Amino acid sequence: MEVILFEIALTFYFASAIVCVLELFKSTRTSSIIMFSLAAAGFAFHTANIIARYVISGHIPITNLHEASSFFSWCIVLIFFFIEYRYRLGLLGSFIMPVVFVLMLSSSMLPRKIEPLSPVLRSYWLGIHTVLAFVGDAAFAMAFVMGIMYLIQEHYLKSKHLGGLFERLPSLQILDEINYKLITLGFPLLTLAIITGALWAESAWGTYWRWDAKEVWSLITWFIYALVLHVRLIAGWRGKRAAILSIIGFGVVLFTFFGVSLIMKSVHSF
Amino acid sequence: MKVLVVGLNHKTASVEIRERLAFNGPKLEEGIHVLSTIPEVKEIAVLSTCNRVELYACVSSVPSASDHILNFLAGFHGLGRQDFEKSLYLLDADSAVRHVFRVASSLDSMVVGEPQILGQIKDTFDFALGKKTTGVLLNKLMKKAISTAKRVRTETKIAENAVSISFAAVELARKIFTDLPGKSFMLLGAGEMAELAARHLVNNGVTHVTVVNRTYERGCELAREFSGNPVRFEDFLSELVHTDIIICSTGAPTYVLLREQMQKVMKERKNRPVFIIDISVPRNIDPEINKIDNVYLYDVDDLQEVVDTNIHGRKKEAEKAEKIIDEEVEKFIRWMTSLNSVPTIVALRQRAEEIKAEELEKFRKRFPDLDEDKLKAVAYLAASITNKLIHPPTVALKEDSEDRDELIAMIKKLYGLNGDDEEY
Repeated sequence: MEVILFEIALTFYFASAIVCVLELFKSTRTSSIIMFSLAAAGFAFHTANIIARYVISGHIPITNLHEASSFFSWCIVLIFFFIEYRYRLGLLGSFIMPVVFVLMLSSSMLPRKIEPLSPVLRSYWLGIHTVLAFVGDAAFAMAFVMGIMYLIQEHYLKSKHLGGLFERLPSLQILDEINYKLITLGFPLLTLAIITGALWAESAWGTYWRWDAKEVWSLITWFIYALVLHVRLIAGWRGKRAAILSIIGFGVVLFTFFGVSLIMKSVHSF
Repeated sequence: MKVLVVGLNHKTASVEIRERLAFNGPKLEEGIHVLSTIPEVKEIAVLSTCNRVELYACVSSVPSASDHILNFLAGFHGLGRQDFEKSLYLLDADSAVRHVFRVASSLDSMVVGEPQILGQIKDTFDFALGKKTTGVLLNKLMKKAISTAKRVRTETKIAENAVSISFAAVELARKIFTDLPGKSFMLLGAGEMAELAARHLVNNGVTHVTVVNRTYERGCELAREFSGNPVRFEDFLSELVHTDIIICSTGAPTYVLLREQMQKVMKERKNRPVFIIDISVPRNIDPEINKIDNVYLYDVDDLQEVVDTNIHGRKKEAEKAEKIIDEEVEKFIRWMTSLNSVPTIVALRQRAEEIKAEELEKFRKRFPDLDEDKLKAVAYLAASITNKLIHPPTVALKEDSEDRDELIAMIKKLYGLNGDDEEY
């Protein structure tokens, strides 16, 4: 049942991503309505899939890489809808939905079996810690996309060749503003995720901090975003530099998320 | 009588030369007065704007009149002829007429299609009219220049170009700032195009307006127009810290804003973005400034390029405009050459009247006994014969034909009319 829900969600996301890519070339009111409807349908089935897995396993379904990628995508789509509702940027979907589809596709290729959770991890901390971490990471992902869009638009304006997407990309100010807001959302979430992680570690293993690879890289991520906020507030690093920093920051997030899980040994299963 | 245009513009002369040759305020009145005393100059009008200085004259001989005019320009402005001679253009006959029509139609403007040049042309001729330095030819030239400009405006889309440059400035501002309300704007300097763009920004809701001008009084005047605050030129750098959008058009010969200065401003602004439009020619803002993060500098060529990518039909509109100009020039030249035959017609009639009077006098002397009634009858006969005789050549002279100049020469020869060129 939950497998079928996942596949349907994946199919809808795929269709939506196709429309999104086509929208890069030509966008009409109808095409964006179709794109949003497909994404919304995908999101509905996706949500049902997550609920189904929760019901089956009895805990928040973020315990392996498959579930993690899936939940990560879910958070991104959620924030995407929110930004679109609030700012109506139009072209944002063309940047987001293909990424969501790729994330979901990689998730679909990872082992999906629901394994019984080891007793040591069975705690309410699981839900709090992982949800905080993932919503935070999704915010950073969106900030990354804003950064990319900013750099493209900035390039058009500086080079004075105003072709291509210039007309449809939002203004620099709004991209910079959303980028900043997303980081101010992601940063406290990451902070709380690290704190709740430490508390959970203490209750599970009796120690707050074990210099585990995931922990170290999360800390590095935290420092990077702390730096992003610091230089913006103190030195006025906005615009292009802020965009580049948020792109670098998300690179580290991705490494923490996938790299550490695949290359290094960690207590985190993903 | 020939039409002569002596002038220089933003394409042929640097701002230093333009400034030194400009006829500002009292200089205009004095200059026109001196010019009108040059014997070869029959009619004269002077146009002096920030982009061009042009003398429109009606002269009896082009080479000697232009020589006198050049000497006058050198003496009047305290320059050597070699200082400006190579920046000047000297046009006569149909190329002069064409030039005047193109200038009035804003085809020769820095920003093609900008609307204010026509007003300046009107002012130029009104002023000359007031000083009584124009006559039949220049008055007609002015009237035709204005009607041609109006034709160009209504029959082509060329006027939209200037509007679209202002429009492009607003669009670019929207891609940098999202919303213009709440943004602050500085008009640095003045000028046709800058004011048009400024008005567009203000109409689109820019809230805080600052006007900076080298002459503080002019700044105050403009500030009132845009309901903004005047700021003295010396203080504009400190004001930049609070400014999001700048339109610059000062006519200064060098940069008024350098990269290092702008870098300092950006630091103080905490890198809040700035959009600078430099309409001045030569440019007043160091182009290097565009390399500073969060500063977007566009000069007039950049804006033109933006517009050109949007309007593909601009070239076609320009061709259409040139065609209208061609038509009007031809009409005017035809009118002008028809003027050439007027003195010949007058001379011919005079000659006929002279012969008639002479012969009547001889007749009276030979037949002194004739009574008044008979003499009257003879005079009547003489008049109708002379009229009959000069009627066909008069009609031929009035007729519009290609070989009219030949005809004029021939009639002069046949009737022994001496080439006395004191015309109409």
